[in-house]
Amino acid sequence: MSVAPSVGREIGADGLVLSLSGDWTIAFGSKLEASASALAGPSGKPERPSRAVLDLSAVDRMDTAGAWLIDRGRALLEQAGMATAYRGARPEYALLIKEAGYKPDETPRPRHPPHTIALLSAIGESVYVSGQDFLDGVSFVGRTVAMGLRLLPRPARWRWTSMTYHLEKYSVRSVPIIALINFLVGAIVTQQGIFQLTRFGAGPFAVNMVGILGLRELGLLMTAIMVAGRTGSAITAEIGSMNMREEIDALRVMALDPLEVLIMPRLIALVIALPILTFLADMAELGGGLVVSWTYGGMTPVVYISRLHNAILPETFLVGLIKAPFMAAVIGSIASIEGMEVRGSAESLGQHTTASVVKSIFMVIVMDGLFAMFFAAVDY
Amino acid sequence: MTQSPPIGPEREVVIRVRDLKVGFGDRLVLDGLNLDLYRGEVLGFVGASGAGKSVLTRTILGLLHKRSGAIEVFGHDLDKLTFQERLRVGERWGVLFQEGALFSSLDVRQNIQAPMREHLRLSQTFMDGLAAQKLDLVGLPQDAANKFPSELSGGMTKRAALARAIALDPDIVFLDEPTSGLDPISAGDFDDLIGTLQRTLGLTVFMVTHDLDSLFAICDRVAVLGHGKIIAVGKIEELLRSDDPWLKAYFHGKRGVVRAGAREASRARLSPEAPSVRR
Repeated sequence: MSVAPSVGREIGADGLVLSLSGDWTIAFGSKLEASASALAGPSGKPERPSRAVLDLSAVDRMDTAGAWLIDRGRALLEQAGMATAYRGARPEYALLIKEAGYKPDETPRPRHPPHTIALLSAIGESVYVSGQDFLDGVSFVGRTVAMGLRLLPRPARWRWTSMTYHLEKYSVRSVPIIALINFLVGAIVTQQGIFQLTRFGAGPFAVNMVGILGLRELGLLMTAIMVAGRTGSAITAEIGSMNMREEIDALRVMALDPLEVLIMPRLIALVIALPILTFLADMAELGGGLVVSWTYGGMTPVVYISRLHNAILPETFLVGLIKAPFMAAVIGSIASIEGMEVRGSAESLGQHTTASVVKSIFMVIVMDGLFAMFFAAVDY
Repeated sequence: MTQSPPIGPEREVVIRVRDLKVGFGDRLVLDGLNLDLYRGEVLGFVGASGAGKSVLTRTILGLLHKRSGAIEVFGHDLDKLTFQERLRVGERWGVLFQEGALFSSLDVRQNIQAPMREHLRLSQTFMDGLAAQKLDLVGLPQDAANKFPSELSGGMTKRAALARAIALDPDIVFLDEPTSGLDPISAGDFDDLIGTLQRTLGLTVFMVTHDLDSLFAICDRVAVLGHGKIIAVGKIEELLRSDDPWLKAYFHGKRGVVRAGAREASRARLSPEAPSVRR
């Protein structure tokens, strides 16, 4: 039914006659392009006539792509110094060529710098951006503290509904996964402890290890990392897509501060949620230790609990818990800052969500190290 | 119009909708709807907000599931398409979504070239040329090609989205409120553009619109949706004479009367002899 586009050339009395036939539609893709390049023909031939006529009477169908190619062919002939004209075009195709014809592209494309310079500029930019990130963080903390102080005497302006909603989402709904991974980590640590310590005849001391390591470090660390991945990414994505859809601008013009409306409730919910989750994580971790000591170490639960009782102090437990709100504040702040920086595209949303999770986990581990040094220094 | 749609029983139907039922939960939005779209016509589609215009469009496009009924596009039943046929159909229709739906991580040039790149094998120079041509056709400046969708104004987004919709020179173009949010001059240009494309390419246009100017200026037929069915379809003049209270309110209401006077003017503006506004 459809015939591929083709060009016939002959030199007549009134110059070069190009007879076009077939379907000049984009459906022919590369064939269409090939036929069109035949229009301009083998240039530089000695018998170059001064006139060219494009005969369109045999063209069955033409679309805007065909019209553009034909007109470009004509423009090329004209550039080569020929006078050109169309002949026999159906009225609608004449109109099409007029409306959708070729226009030389005079707008310059944006030029890309050479690779070495681009690399240097990228390095410079990332250094500058990390400096900027730090300043942004400081400014965010300052504004959050100021907002907190401003809201403190006015409980009526606290967004209780939003806060409890987010608290439920961040705490209750993450309990199963947090309990599960910490149970497993507790079990794994105890198992390895039993295996390694038995060689020195100190197998039962695996209980001390899981008790101290779990309560001081691992329970919190695993929970904070999980929360950074689960909740931090959600906060960035939520705030980021609100930003993309101008919802945050809508808040601003209503003279509402997004910090107060969106970020504070999430931040407070997270600061409350993480200690609770850490407590549950600690319990799950000790539970994992109990099961493994029983199965691998042959230690009854009563013995396990009494050994644990001797091994850990209230401080051991508190060290882990004290760190939790700080971790929550860091995760929440990074997630919010990244969310506010999302611009226009879906790509930017993805970038900032990734950055939020990566930065949060990095900061959680760095903070944990700083806390470890601090607690060692104060002998707690 | 130099090329009015062919009249008579031999008119080719490109989209045939029969006894279509679409619903959400226990509410039927479309209840036994029948509609024919003929090749080469511009069908305006009106109806109260929430009557189900978008639902019908999205169902025809295969974005919503229907409860029952049949939809044929180019003679193919949409339920029984093979993967290859589905691809062919995708090449043959273009959609202008209400919000533009441009790919936000691609710039305008890449957006226009996306359907070409996915469906055809063309050289980059050719695609660049075609993208420039499409920009020109929809009345965007060439430097818009390097912009990202988030940097465009509302009107420019619409134009860029139309440029993408016509990138493959489709047979059918679906336009969802193409002129909403445009200033009257731009909206008029848009009507001109659609009229030109329809005349030159034999384009079939399915246009959801509330713009009375567009209805008068370029629509061959107007279909009215109400109570889940097409309650009236015909030339705009016929609908104007209708006694249906909703139609009366729609065309002869406060805003309708004003526009009806401007109708002749807009007809004159669109005649092919008149110089185009853009050039």
